[in-house]
Amino acid sequence: MAITVDSTGDLSPEEQKRLKGDLSRSLRQKKIRAILLVAPLVAFILVTFIFPIGNMLVRSVDNPQVHTYMPNVTEALKSWDGQELPDETIYAALAKDLIEGRKAKTIGKAATRLNYEKSGMRSLITGTARKHKKIVAPYKESLIGIKKKWGDIDTWKIIKKTGSPVTGSFFINAFDMVESPDGEISFAPEKQQIYLKLFWRTVWMSLLITFMTVLLGYPVSFLLASLPMKTANILMILVLLPFWTSLLVRTSSWIALLQTEGILNDLLVWLGVISNEARVQMIYNAIGTVVAMTHILLPFMILPLYSVMKTVPPSYVRAARSLGATNWTAFWRVYVPQTVPGVSAGAILVFILSIGYYITPALVGGESGRFIGNMIAYHMQKSLNWGLAAALGVMLLVMVLAIFALYSRVVGDNKVKLG
Amino acid sequence: MKKTLKLSTALVLGSVVAATAVQAADSITVVSWGGAYTASQRGAYSDPFTAETGITILDSDQAGNGLAGLRAQSEAGNVTWDVLDILEGDSMLACDEGLAVELDYNKDLNAAPDGTSPLDDFIPGSLNGCFVPTIVYSTVIAYNQTAFAGDKPSTIADVFDLKKYPGKRALEKKPDANLEWALIADGVPVGEVYNVLDTPEGVDRAFAKLDTIKDQVVWWEAGSQAVQLLADGEVSIASGYNGRIFDAQVNEKQPFTIIWDGQVFELDGYVIPKGAPNMKAAMDYLRYATDTQRNADQAKYISYGPARSSAAPLVSTHITTGIDMGPHMPTHPDNFKTPVKKDPGFWADNKDDLSERFNAWLAQ
Amino acid sequence: MAVPSYAGPLERAWYYGFRAICVLIFIFLITPILVIVPLSFNVEPYFSFTEGMLTLDPDAYSLKWYQDFFTSDRWQESIKNSVIVAFFSTILSTGLGTVAALGLSRSELPYKGIIMGLLISPMIVPLIIAAAGMFFFYSALGISNSYLGLILAHTALGTPFVVITVTATLSNFDTTLIKAGASLGATPTYTFFKVTMPLIMTGVISGALFALMTSFDEVVVAIFIAGVEQRTMPMQMWAGIREQISPTILAVATLLVAMSIIMLTTVEILRRRSDKIRGIS
Repeated sequence: MAITVDSTGDLSPEEQKRLKGDLSRSLRQKKIRAILLVAPLVAFILVTFIFPIGNMLVRSVDNPQVHTYMPNVTEALKSWDGQELPDETIYAALAKDLIEGRKAKTIGKAATRLNYEKSGMRSLITGTARKHKKIVAPYKESLIGIKKKWGDIDTWKIIKKTGSPVTGSFFINAFDMVESPDGEISFAPEKQQIYLKLFWRTVWMSLLITFMTVLLGYPVSFLLASLPMKTANILMILVLLPFWTSLLVRTSSWIALLQTEGILNDLLVWLGVISNEARVQMIYNAIGTVVAMTHILLPFMILPLYSVMKTVPPSYVRAARSLGATNWTAFWRVYVPQTVPGVSAGAILVFILSIGYYITPALVGGESGRFIGNMIAYHMQKSLNWGLAAALGVMLLVMVLAIFALYSRVVGDNKVKLG
Repeated sequence: MKKTLKLSTALVLGSVVAATAVQAADSITVVSWGGAYTASQRGAYSDPFTAETGITILDSDQAGNGLAGLRAQSEAGNVTWDVLDILEGDSMLACDEGLAVELDYNKDLNAAPDGTSPLDDFIPGSLNGCFVPTIVYSTVIAYNQTAFAGDKPSTIADVFDLKKYPGKRALEKKPDANLEWALIADGVPVGEVYNVLDTPEGVDRAFAKLDTIKDQVVWWEAGSQAVQLLADGEVSIASGYNGRIFDAQVNEKQPFTIIWDGQVFELDGYVIPKGAPNMKAAMDYLRYATDTQRNADQAKYISYGPARSSAAPLVSTHITTGIDMGPHMPTHPDNFKTPVKKDPGFWADNKDDLSERFNAWLAQ
Repeated sequence: MAVPSYAGPLERAWYYGFRAICVLIFIFLITPILVIVPLSFNVEPYFSFTEGMLTLDPDAYSLKWYQDFFTSDRWQESIKNSVIVAFFSTILSTGLGTVAALGLSRSELPYKGIIMGLLISPMIVPLIIAAAGMFFFYSALGISNSYLGLILAHTALGTPFVVITVTATLSNFDTTLIKAGASLGATPTYTFFKVTMPLIMTGVISGALFALMTSFDEVVVAIFIAGVEQRTMPMQMWAGIREQISPTILAVATLLVAMSIIMLTTVEILRRRSDKIRGIS
């Protein structure tokens, strides 16, 4: 920060210098004071929030299990060229790892990791370790005698590949691809592809939800902005009350409304629109997710849209009308363009919130209404493939941050407003 | 002001932490499956244990994510669970990975009343080093009698016969049991199921069979959901844990019938996490909850077969309704004609791959 | 926006059609909130209106789900936990957030954009990612399955709201008032408490309410890092909805709606007050 002081004839050079120094010192002090005020929260967020996330994301490439818990064979395989079955020294290293790993109860960890690469590796490792008494020199013969797969060159290629402390295999997996033991990467068979499909579904359903919120939010905001303040404030309660109501409450009431024995179906049956046997499935599928999430996210569209519409002077539209434009032209060509900032701010906000959703899709989405967030939770809690969960997390996070960067461009950080 | 704020929050947080620390000393956390099952453990094990020792039991329902929690806690060196209820297959993984305490069965558990040692008393081969089985439970198919006016389904093949037995099905959202049933319905003999499933063609065959009912299936995740769906009439046929279905039949008088054909049974029991915060109390609880009388007592609450052979003759009647529990047990000879023993070894190896394939299949 | 008297029939139709559409959208917004209230008094364990309810038969209504809620140890315990966690995390996030907002509003602060981005990141990052990260990291620190861990996590999630609302109040804040205070001989501390505080108070309180609501409604992170002793009300609801959704959930939901009405009213009153102070309306 450069400071310039206009020199006037009244001050001597020394005084000028002193004044300059004083000024910059006081400025520096102010700067330090400002930093000190912000520092506690910055430190707090870094420690409790940013660092845990960074730490988790590292897991998407971190690969410690095999080289930590099978150190000897990992080391020995470094010099192996992968052309034919390893020699006796490498088998001996494996035997040592299996016996020591069994004793330390750590071999199961390496086995779990290797099983992600190829099914059956788990029982190969733990099964052999359990027969530790039979493992004797010459090890090559003895190990192949215990399990035939030790004579398969692919087994060794997988161990060598998974022995590196950093891996790309979780990302390969997250992109629905497979890596052969020789390191060739290709797309998985169509039937086994899932993550890209889920990402794509998450994106298009979020776009649909965003579109729905624009469709429903625009007329309401328009009405609110054109009504007198008093009426608008009262109607605003209808927007703010859902906004302030617990997400779980809203989700459960959508279950009550939409389920086959629920209120909406009862109403349709009572009205004679459908017969009692032909109740419509509106929940536990994509419809459930879209309806519930549109409802949950609608206030996030209406609020920014409303605040922008309030600033549009009605005189423009009137001017257009008086110049002979039809109602529609005046609205579409004059009014709408002025509300674009509000629409884009709301849309990006809704979209960002939507693609990261987990709770609502999990409760009302069934199979066809699940998002990528649900898959991350699945790998965190059920399949326990944390590396894959982290890799999917990185992909989701990159997507969200990219959109948020766009958002700050459009709206500016300081203009994020609530309520 | 900042200083006082910090100071006061430090004090407050400190007191909260201290409060929880004090609380932990006279209670242990037992992680189980929730619902009717936790209730049966409470009645048979926990309440009498508390009455006898004064140690209170905190029930946690996180057993569904048990292995995940165990791994995370162990990795962090911060174990908070004392006793974990776990399936046999998962217990093998936990034991292999050094997450569970290795037990000296004859020392850590009580012998049967007639003196039979634990190693001879429990189901043969089930004591794998860390695991103490308590029950045999079954995943079975049940139907709601009101859904079928005439002919009622009676075999696994009927579940896949949408023409003869129309209506939605509720199945558990994981490959286990569903793939086995698909093969059985497709004509594979019960004894051959895992041999067939171990081949890529077998897996394709199972998924192809599941394809035939896919759009009629509602997938459930928690044990009580299956019962709820069946009771609400949302589905006409559901898979479920036999004890939960029994609970609904008896306690809620639901018109359910269990199809015992092709029941997939497995063992469930306890492990003690390595590094459990209240190790001594946890071991006391383990000894208490797995002794012969307690093992038999659990069958008063829920229809799971006791894992100790000495407990089987002590199984009596249901605690509130007084009905004879024998015929409701998965191991009763009438029910045990075509059972599938879930192969923990097969699933330990293939779970990762088959789950991924299953999820991809669901998402299609 | 009344229909002008010279409007043609088409314009008239459009005017009423538009209003009708808006009414439908408002119904869409509010029905899910209101519909659970009567259902929570249903004597039957169903999620739909029974004949008796529609004919206003008093026997069709009952308080038993509320009784269920108020006598269940689990629910009571979960309320207690939610209150503890929400209380401390609100205090922490309000304190930290307000102080940071004071710094952020100073023009001398360098790298303002980056700092702001960092501070509101808990609002942007998908909760599931935050939850997964906290699950590992808090376990490693030994504060998962503890009140402390949950309080810290909820504090982090709540601070962006405080930062945003207080910064917004400060951006309308007339700094000459502080200079006036100083020139009249007041110490900075005195000026802060006597001049700054009262003026930004509305922002602080609404930020605090947002933080309170965030903690009170948060379930994703709680599922991952809270233990059985910290089971909060949203966790209990989540388990309830997933397993078997009983009308007790609706009773809880009704109580929560009542709470959100109180919160909303408070925030609105504050907003009007602050508008008045700033002379906007």
